[in-house]
Amino acid sequence: MKAPPVDYIRPRSLTEAVDLLAHASVEARVIAGGQSLLAMMNLRVASPRLLIDIARLPELLGVADHADTVSLGACVTHAAIEDGRVPDPSRGLMPRVASTLAYRAIRTCGTIGGSLALSDPAAEWPAVLAALDAEVVVYGSSGRRLLECTEFATGIFVTRLASAEIIESVRIPKRSAETRWGYLKLSRKAGEFANALAVVVADPAGEYYRAVSGAANGAPLVLADTSRLLAEGRRDPDALRGAIGRDLNRASDRHFDDFQRNLHSVASMRAVQQVLV
Amino acid sequence: MTSIRLRINGAAVADEVPPRVSLADFLRERRNLTGTHLGCEHGVCGACTVLVDGEPARSCLMLAVACDERAVETIEGFAGDRVIATLRRTFHQHHALQCGYCTPAMLITARDLILRKRTGSEREIRDGLAGNICRCTGYTNIVAAIAEAAQEIGREAPNAQ
Repeated sequence: MKAPPVDYIRPRSLTEAVDLLAHASVEARVIAGGQSLLAMMNLRVASPRLLIDIARLPELLGVADHADTVSLGACVTHAAIEDGRVPDPSRGLMPRVASTLAYRAIRTCGTIGGSLALSDPAAEWPAVLAALDAEVVVYGSSGRRLLECTEFATGIFVTRLASAEIIESVRIPKRSAETRWGYLKLSRKAGEFANALAVVVADPAGEYYRAVSGAANGAPLVLADTSRLLAEGRRDPDALRGAIGRDLNRASDRHFDDFQRNLHSVASMRAVQQVLV
Repeated sequence: MTSIRLRINGAAVADEVPPRVSLADFLRERRNLTGTHLGCEHGVCGACTVLVDGEPARSCLMLAVACDERAVETIEGFAGDRVIATLRRTFHQHHALQCGYCTPAMLITARDLILRKRTGSEREIRDGLAGNICRCTGYTNIVAAIAEAAQEIGREAPNAQ
């Protein structure tokens, strides 16, 4: 189908974009890459009356390589991350993830901030950025605030972003050269949304260990027991498999059926094994 | 209506479009460039793939108004392109199309895979084609045609980007 009638504005600054969003008298949506929003509009699942196009705002395209963190502007595309055109704080995890995300013709347009703002439960970045302990920098009429990626999404397509706020950037801690990571996406076809997603980051020098399950019927799920066992240096598969099982069982609010639970368990274990190799 | 100015296949274009019009509909209905096809209109089938500022993009998931000041290439714009010429020949030789609906976007996607050197194995080609659906061929001949074109281009210019 075709998108419903809509007005379109391309503001010149982030401040102007936030003003437009705060003072719109009709339903306004921010559009960056538009790779989900325009699909939803074509399917008539979304019918905003005003689109505020932020894709070319210089404030949102900036990249900063600090001592301990890398900051990526919200409108950095998946393709830029895949190609290594922006600094990589993650020792290869983020470019690898980007290369598995949808299709190249989507990755050239879709943005990291857009993925977070929508927080599709099956999307890659919410889970991966939670595993990397990243923070979201959010800009609104009352200024900036920082939100932890582990707490940014609160449910299915629901985030802590207020109605007149725009994601400005993502700050990702740099991991040490000793870092090992595991990433497993289970989907029936290359490029589809995940049926199960697992991300494990183990950085002995930084004493940082975190396992996260994505596509988990809600916000990214931090696997606390599994992360703790990895931090303790445990390597025996049965103990780790047991911890994954406990972590998944504890998430009773996700209502996994047996098939989903098994998918998540297998994905997490395989991602853990990539770290142990 | 919103005024836009862009380049399409190298030529400067100025036009007026309602904001809801996709780049695909703009190309087909306003510019008569009907080589860009629409299948699913939600980013899954890949038939509408064009180049925007040199990069492949879904023209069904892009508003024409958002292409203001950008450069768009459609299948009609590759007349002098060596990679497309090679692909056109290998697609012919391998019988890599039947109805042809997916073919323009297959060629544009295959060209991008070859230029980014993502054609090292059959698996890599198949992964790279995952976003372009063909309902006729079963892909075997498309993959073979791309592999042969990639080899030929690689032999001619091993270090070319």
